[in-house]
Amino acid sequence: MYSPAIVAEAMVNGLMTGAAYALVALGLTLVYGVLHIVNFAHGALLTCAMFAVLGMEQGLGIGPYAAILPLGVLFFLLGYALQRYVIGPSSHGEDRNTLLVTLGISIVLENALLAAFRSDTRTLGGDMGFDVVELGPMLLSRPRLVGCAVALVVAALLWLLLARSDTGRAIRAVAKERFGAQVVGIDPRHIFAVTFGIGCACLAVAACLLLPTFYVNPRVGNAFVLVAFTIVVLGGMGSVVGALVGGLVIGVVESLGGLLLGESLGQLGIFLIFILVLLLRPTGLFGARA
Amino acid sequence: MLEVKGLHAGYGVVEVLRGIDMAVSRGEIVAVLGANGVGKTTLNKVFSGVIPAWAGEILFEGQRIDRATPDAIVAAGLIHVPEGRKIFPNMTVRENLELGSYRRGKPRRARNLEHVFSVFPRLRERSAQAAGTLSGGEQQMLAIGRGMMAEPNLLILDEPSLGLSPLLVEEMFTLIRRLNADGLPILLVEQNVVQSLEIASRAYILENGLFALSGSAAEVSGNPELRRAYLGM
Ligand SMILES: Nc1ncnc2c1ncn2[C@@H]1O[C@H](COP(=O)(O)OP(=O)(O)O)[C@@H](O)[C@H]1O
Ligand SMILES: [Mg+2]
Repeated sequence: MYSPAIVAEAMVNGLMTGAAYALVALGLTLVYGVLHIVNFAHGALLTCAMFAVLGMEQGLGIGPYAAILPLGVLFFLLGYALQRYVIGPSSHGEDRNTLLVTLGISIVLENALLAAFRSDTRTLGGDMGFDVVELGPMLLSRPRLVGCAVALVVAALLWLLLARSDTGRAIRAVAKERFGAQVVGIDPRHIFAVTFGIGCACLAVAACLLLPTFYVNPRVGNAFVLVAFTIVVLGGMGSVVGALVGGLVIGVVESLGGLLLGESLGQLGIFLIFILVLLLRPTGLFGARA
Repeated sequence: MLEVKGLHAGYGVVEVLRGIDMAVSRGEIVAVLGANGVGKTTLNKVFSGVIPAWAGEILFEGQRIDRATPDAIVAAGLIHVPEGRKIFPNMTVRENLELGSYRRGKPRRARNLEHVFSVFPRLRERSAQAAGTLSGGEQQMLAIGRGMMAEPNLLILDEPSLGLSPLLVEEMFTLIRRLNADGLPILLVEQNVVQSLEIASRAYILENGLFALSGSAAEVSGNPELRRAYLGM
């Protein structure tokens, strides 16, 4: 069988990938938990963010880590505007409209990217993707290690924001009781847009962390969002802690699955979990029971 | 301080309020009374900007607010404690109260929190508890406390006695009188005609989207029509 060192390395690698997955899932679960919509544009927005990281590097010479802050802010503003001025007004308060609108946005974005960049697969220049750190007997990828650390910090900051700030309280308030929020002077349209903006900022950060070890093409976001959906279901729809834990678990499952079954079957475990959770515990690990 | 002229409003094509004229002055408790479904809550929602006025004017402290957004109306100090409490069930009692000063009164949040806790000692005991797990009476206290956190110039209470036991209803009306005695004008919207008329200075009776009767609480409670329709006498 496999030596413990190899299994341990696979697990740590999985944790690191899982942290990036968690960021993608955080945005999805937050938007679902507060706006009660499944954002079908999430994958396309992630793809946009990944192209933006590429553009920052190739156009402006700004590396992916230096791009975290500016792209995070840019995507927050983008997400804010998208929800406030496009998705919100066009939904007329009906969730199924929102569904179609986000689906429409994803189609527009994907095709715009296809028109601009063809379906070629691109990567960042340089060889930072191959940097490794020695940790005891394990060889760990440096960009993934950095990615994991940053993802955990971002998740912690998000948790603090939600738990401690007035904006975070307003987000939680609007999620459960919109009219009650209005009578204390919270503007739900603003809070929805802020939430959507935070979701997009998470994507931008995830894109910065992914690109050193991953490629980008106009469809790449969808693969992540499929995994992110599994994480959201596993962790519990709307749960921030659930998204983080779920992301880490899924990362490890995928990595161990890859080790045992080979790369191409590695994701099998993820979808097995998806089905098992739906069968046994549809509210997820941290979801509120109805 | 609140003046309403020729107010019309409704939902879709259904007109619920068909020409409301009323006023609340400084220091008063004014009651708006009426049976279930006559439009009392609709009136409150129009006041707080949650649904639009179709026609007419609402002036609050001399300013037109009938086109203002709900948050601007809160900022002006017109605070609505809604029917059914509408507290945030997933948050603690303390967080609910803190959010009361989201738009207004934030600089004095700590002091006002102390004040609310002194008015409602029960809320202090439960400050770390999720608001959704409070009893009905406690939830009503929390909703009023949350409103007080915004330093209201006028407090609208929509059916504060709804769903409370008779003993708690008595307590609630005593409390409303006490808040008013401390200088807070109150617009009390109720189905509980008898007890509301006991503490109100003036009252309006809403029927079919219009005020069928208005005047001082004494006049209104002496009206033979009202005694027959609402008090069964
Ligand atoms: N959101 C709504 N959409 C359509 N009609 C409504 C809505 N809310 C209330 N109504 C109708 O408006 C009328 C007045 O309701 P409401 O203001 O809640 O009365 P009250 O508070 O006096 O019991 C009722 O006939 C009710 O059915
Ligand atoms: Mg009502």
